[in-house]
Amino acid sequence: MWEQIKSNQIRSAALVAAIAVLLLLLGYFLGLYFIGNGIGGLLIAFIVWAIMSLIAYYQGDSILLSLSRAKKIGPDDYPRLYNVVEEMKIASGLEKVPDVYIIDDPALNAFATGRDPSRASVAITSGLLQKLNRDELQGVIGHEISHVKNRDVLLMAICSVMLGTIVILAWYASRFLLFGGMAGSRRSSSSSGNSAGMVQIVILAVGLILMILAPILAQLIYYAISRKREYLADASSALYTRYPEGLASALEKLGASTQQLKSANQATAPMYIINPLHKEGIKASDLTSTHPPISERVRILRAMAGGASFSEYEKAYRQVHSSGKGILSTAAIAGAGAVSVRSASLAEPGGVELTSEKVARTREVSDVMLRLNKYRTVDCTCGAKWKIPPGFPDDSILCTRCGRRLKI
Amino acid sequence: MQFWVWIIIAIVVIFLAILAGNYNGLVGLRNQLKNAWAQIDVQLKRRHDLIPNLVETVKGYAKHERETFEMVTNARNLAQKASSAGAAERGKVEGELSMALGRLLAVAEAYPELKANQNFLALQEELTSTENKISFSRQFYNDSALKYNNKTQMFPSNIIAGMFSFKAGEFFEVTVPEQREAPKVSFT
Repeated sequence: MWEQIKSNQIRSAALVAAIAVLLLLLGYFLGLYFIGNGIGGLLIAFIVWAIMSLIAYYQGDSILLSLSRAKKIGPDDYPRLYNVVEEMKIASGLEKVPDVYIIDDPALNAFATGRDPSRASVAITSGLLQKLNRDELQGVIGHEISHVKNRDVLLMAICSVMLGTIVILAWYASRFLLFGGMAGSRRSSSSSGNSAGMVQIVILAVGLILMILAPILAQLIYYAISRKREYLADASSALYTRYPEGLASALEKLGASTQQLKSANQATAPMYIINPLHKEGIKASDLTSTHPPISERVRILRAMAGGASFSEYEKAYRQVHSSGKGILSTAAIAGAGAVSVRSASLAEPGGVELTSEKVARTREVSDVMLRLNKYRTVDCTCGAKWKIPPGFPDDSILCTRCGRRLKI
Repeated sequence: MQFWVWIIIAIVVIFLAILAGNYNGLVGLRNQLKNAWAQIDVQLKRRHDLIPNLVETVKGYAKHERETFEMVTNARNLAQKASSAGAAERGKVEGELSMALGRLLAVAEAYPELKANQNFLALQEELTSTENKISFSRQFYNDSALKYNNKTQMFPSNIIAGMFSFKAGEFFEVTVPEQREAPKVSFT
């Protein structure tokens, strides 16, 4: 596990450095163009970045939580949620229980924040909390806790701040160019000689290209980091819970929902378990930017036959992608032994049954067949459906799932 | 002459560095193991504390299940007595307690009024969570024990482990005589 974090850190550091280089390059050329001094521009870019980073480091989590209008809860408010968070804290070996927050929103999503494992928070929307059974909730919280454990939160904060700086710089530069174009042309006309003009044009061209490309490139790198982290968090969640099916079916529910989270925006999107910015009415699984496609994540988790270890996840990933390239580092896979999957926990009253499409269709068909044979059906409030054969003597039936007595 | 002195010094320094690194690694893993064991201990105690409450609540609705109550109470007392024993011994008694608890909850299934009781529902959630916490802390403990044991047995750290008498950790397995299974709802 630790090896995984280490090797990921190296790889991520390279990608972070790439964004940093982009940022500095942009600053340099913009400086060269607007104030005639590359180092000055570089400094400005650096200062903007430093200020934003400091804010993000010290205030990032509280800003994010208040932006998403999350309410902090205690162990007595939502015992099940709080217990599951504690369980996952123990499974991951985190030293402190993260703060638990609820976002009062029917949309389905969750995120983790906090700059280090001892100061972390986990937030979940009330809609998601309602929809998930215990195993699924465990999978989701396991995913979030592993973001904390793997220090993804800090990494993504650094990246998103750099990305934000690049976007801001490029935006202001383009405004200046459009509306304050005079400044540039005045300087170029005042400069004497042909060669100086040529240099000016080259700088302008490079600056323009950077201005357009840097935000896009940075975004792409950002997405690459983010996606890798999502896979790792899925694998860790499976390892912690020893039950990949829980997260898989939770993801399925998340992917099927079409509601948009009101309080999410571009900057906070990668923090969530699924991309919160899918358009109203469009399935979340159709969008692939910061997150890998949900259907793929589900397929990988489901393909983990008889094991919950990293090596099993890696095997499943290769199987789904049918390519030789894996997603996790070899050091991590070599270090971990075989890990078996546990069985599903007790069905709870009020919990939602895991039904795939196929099962639902089979049930529909058998319902029709039974009705033709004069069976009557009774729906229980817990979700179970009882089929009563013709000639059943009693006028009520005990639902063995939730213990209620149902009238026929 | 000078050259050889430097070479020897370098070798000694490297040797000491490896020694220190391995020693610190072993101490770190041993502490992690101890900490993981303490976690299990906390959860097992929590379960022992929950049981009298649970038994009382169930008793209020299901008076005739005396045998089950006695079994649970006895298993709990035995488990509590063994709380200072080693991992293997504890695993056995806690396994028996798990089985007795499973039976108690199965009994509760037959009493709809009990299952609608708010107090019982809260206790059930607590118990489910405590069971999960026990198994997750066991999971973490065993992972830690495996890592620590590997370190004490593999070269070169095994030499240092032998020198400073780092003993291998015991695995904690709860041997449940009868695996608890999810109740099956028949839909057709």
